[in-house]
Amino acid sequence: MTLRFQPLGDTGVRIGFGEAIDPAIHRRIRNFTRKLEQTSIPGIVEWVPTYCAITIYYRPLDISYGDLLEKLRQLNENDRSVSKEAVREWELPVTYGGSQGPDLKEVARHNGLTSEDVVRIHSGARYRVYMLGFVPGFPYLGGMPDRIATPRMENPRPRIPAGSVGIAGPQTGVYPLETPGGWRIIGRTPVRLYDPHRQPPVLLKAGDTIRFRPVSEEAYSQIQQKLEREELRLEDLLYGAISDEMDS
Amino acid sequence: MTQAISVIKSGLLTTVQDLGRIGYQQYGMVAAGAMDPLALQVGNLLVGNPRGLAALEITLLGPVLRFERPCTIALTGADLSPRLNESPMPMWKRVSVKKGQKLSFGTPREGVRTYLCVQGGIDVPVVMGSRSTYIKGEVGGLHGRALQSEDQLPVGKTDDRHQRPGVRGIQLSRKYRPCYGREIRLRAVPGPQEEAFTDEAVERFFREPYQVTTQSDRMGYRLDGPKLSHRSGADIISDATAPGSVQVPAEGQPIVLTADRQTTGGYAKIATVISADLFRLAQAGPGCQVRFERVSVDEARDAAIEQEQFLRTIEYGIKGK
Repeated sequence: MTLRFQPLGDTGVRIGFGEAIDPAIHRRIRNFTRKLEQTSIPGIVEWVPTYCAITIYYRPLDISYGDLLEKLRQLNENDRSVSKEAVREWELPVTYGGSQGPDLKEVARHNGLTSEDVVRIHSGARYRVYMLGFVPGFPYLGGMPDRIATPRMENPRPRIPAGSVGIAGPQTGVYPLETPGGWRIIGRTPVRLYDPHRQPPVLLKAGDTIRFRPVSEEAYSQIQQKLEREELRLEDLLYGAISDEMDS
Repeated sequence: MTQAISVIKSGLLTTVQDLGRIGYQQYGMVAAGAMDPLALQVGNLLVGNPRGLAALEITLLGPVLRFERPCTIALTGADLSPRLNESPMPMWKRVSVKKGQKLSFGTPREGVRTYLCVQGGIDVPVVMGSRSTYIKGEVGGLHGRALQSEDQLPVGKTDDRHQRPGVRGIQLSRKYRPCYGREIRLRAVPGPQEEAFTDEAVERFFREPYQVTTQSDRMGYRLDGPKLSHRSGADIISDATAPGSVQVPAEGQPIVLTADRQTTGGYAKIATVISADLFRLAQAGPGCQVRFERVSVDEARDAAIEQEQFLRTIEYGIKGK
């Protein structure tokens, strides 16, 4: 399988695997990431997997671009099977609509559905974390049914609270911290995807899967309190702890 | 851990920075770190620290600081007219300060960011491998934020070797000090999305001058100049960025991403400024003129090696004394 290598200045190399948001490309990227994790190439500092590429950061003092590419090609051609990745599946409680999800009605109206339909469709799907980026812990999720796709707002809101669950075009995501944003906000989860005072600060990693579970506002408050008092641990949000590799 | 420095006035933006948070970008964690890593490293070497210890990054309008115990310090980077009590404080020079002395700043003369390196380093907790402050993510530095008046800064343990009288007064010779001009040249490697732009846009980018705008901060520098046209839209499928990535949104004006850049972005990137030249941009203020010069990856690496040799020369020079 041919890969496309491109430099990001003298400290990065982008390895392109394709040109689309696609589960097969994602699987190849996960596979290459596993190979990187299980090997050690001098000079490599870290890497960031994205939808269509892995970007590797390296120290140019330790390795030349040409030598690095050679090592990465060898790594790609090495078919020695990498250990299978355990897929974590998270279940995130979400209260939909109301003040926590002010755009739920608009998403329903745009798609000719009822609010209940939108909640059922959104919480009925299983989502894959394709990548994390933008701000710490922000998951770019794949797998939202097109039936609830809705364009971004024309004027972004100056403040979107942490935990807000939004839709932008064919994508859905969860805001890890309060930022401005133009996504249509349909609900909120009490689970913090990013907490600098927690270990680890970022909950999700690329390759994880997520389901959203609708809860009442009352249940939302209870879960929030339990998380704050540490009566509920993050591991308790894992659905069946570990499941098999997802096919689609 | 003793409180060694009191903040009397915070200044415009004073943060604790080291060489950045490495290894967490795949979780979306912003790297942060010194905008001018060259000045940070030279400053640390001058006071006898390892190169990457945490220091204060001081922006344009400096703070007023009081030393609560004797310290060995050095100021590197921008010349913001520093004063120790009532006397001018030299730049790029190791200075011993006494308990109770005050460091303040005046008119910015050259550059934007000054580094205050203290022997022992600014000893805030290490978070994810770094002491660098990332304000938006509320991590690192002092309580994850910029300094405020009445803050107290701890300084790490010092190495007694450096306290002997013979090693005082070490300075970087004038001929080795970087100049931060109003017109800078940044070497850049094309790509990774240069084919998203018209041939004319790529040629223009490497030929025409751009101005630094006031919309420039630790996250990125917005430039203003001849419009860069895309072949078919500015948006790409979200992709990783690097320090120095030059992204161009639909309006056609380039943004050079710097220390607090987001780890991924959805705009096509026309080029990447090489690592050895990023400090020049970090010291350029609004109105400065920027020209980009096309170089190959190998030329960029040669420049990085040259900069490393410069730092090693300083390191050996200081250790030899």
